[in-house]
Amino acid sequence: MREFPPILQAKNLTKTYGENVIFKNISLDVYKGETIVIIGPSGTGKSTLLRCLNLLTPVDSGQIFLEGEEITAPSVNQDQVRQKIGMVFQNFLLFNHLTALGNVMVGLTKVKKMPHNQAKEKALQELERVGLADRAHHYPAQLSGGQQQRVAIARALAMDPLVMLFDEPTSALDPELIGEVLGVMEQLAHEHMTMLVVTHEMGFAREVADRIIFMEKGRIVEEGTPEDLFERPQQARTREFLGRISELYGKREKG
Amino acid sequence: MVIQFFTYILQGTSVTLAVTLVALPLGLILGLAFALLYNYGGLWVSRLAAVYSLAMRGVPPVALLFVLYFLLSGRLVNLSPFWAGSISLGIISSAYQMEILRGALQAVGESQMIAARAIGMSRFQAIRYIILPQAIRLAIPPWSNEASIVLKDSSLVYALGVPEILRRAQQLSATTQQPFLAFGAAALIYFILVFLANRGLDLLAEKTKLPNAAA
Repeated sequence: MREFPPILQAKNLTKTYGENVIFKNISLDVYKGETIVIIGPSGTGKSTLLRCLNLLTPVDSGQIFLEGEEITAPSVNQDQVRQKIGMVFQNFLLFNHLTALGNVMVGLTKVKKMPHNQAKEKALQELERVGLADRAHHYPAQLSGGQQQRVAIARALAMDPLVMLFDEPTSALDPELIGEVLGVMEQLAHEHMTMLVVTHEMGFAREVADRIIFMEKGRIVEEGTPEDLFERPQQARTREFLGRISELYGKREKG
Repeated sequence: MVIQFFTYILQGTSVTLAVTLVALPLGLILGLAFALLYNYGGLWVSRLAAVYSLAMRGVPPVALLFVLYFLLSGRLVNLSPFWAGSISLGIISSAYQMEILRGALQAVGESQMIAARAIGMSRFQAIRYIILPQAIRLAIPPWSNEASIVLKDSSLVYALGVPEILRRAQQLSATTQQPFLAFGAAALIYFILVFLANRGLDLLAEKTKLPNAAA
């Protein structure tokens, strides 16, 4: 896999809000088909990093490359870049006035200018993919949190993105609904979708990730395979964090 | 005699409706433009829009009507009292409609914009396809209120000599010495118009309402 250049590459990204350094000199290579999970305490810049990667938030310095092309260059059409990077948010952020089908279709018809029937067919396929074809005509308010998040995943997938970014996709869900969303993500990983996932779900990280990145206070402390990090963490901070988090989430992991 | 009263005043109804049908849509177009400028126009444009709103809402409608009327039917442009009055009312209403739409746009929230941008929509597309359809739904009830205010405020063009309902009631009261009947008839007609307008908009709100519970 590594013979190819990275599909998404970040070089020395720095982001500050006033005096506040969110992250500093972050570099990251994402290769086609791999699933990277970013873990770390709250407020360490993980979510902001994802937002910067698809240009929703500008970085202060550093460069981002998508398929070798610099997308942080001033001449780049950011709207076109965002079409190629799917994003799933913690709070789903479905379009409330559109049905599940409408949510998945709107990017196809309005952004990709796809004909209505073709867009509808494609949208139904994507809903099928997340197991919600039978909910196509439900509005977001009529869906459970887990279903809403799966529609949000379908909405992002419909644009045929090169990379999918997940920003704590299960953090706003009731515990019994987390599984269905993680299930869809696991299936995507098996289909070799390229994914970058910020999550506290250690079970998912362990089972599905090709690589785990541990971030704290705006920098990458350690990265490696799940075995490396869980079995042989090199940094004391990594050990401490994983110890604390498995205490917290331990009960669910065994289940 | 009561019937004659009504038929005389009813002839003003078409003028009242015409004034309203010019003022309300004009106020909507201007109000929407100013609301969008306020919310998405950047710091200075947004401040200008706020000043516009403040100025228009800070002056009694009659005073503003006269000021605008003398501007619109002066040397540079010379509009008839009907058009000058209707356009003036539209401009006054635009400030109130701007506030309604501004609040509705804000209620939809920045996160819907972020989600729309995330699938590659431009700001314009996001506003057009995601933000506005939701904001307009939220705006219907307060807008219905503004519509009835404009309908009633259309009586202000009476001061410019436009023969709408109130003007005719006034004439009738003067010639027949029956002010109670004359103004009572005018009041009843206004009430019916406002009632019908509000009912119509209630139906529209009901028809466009999004389902909010699991079916």
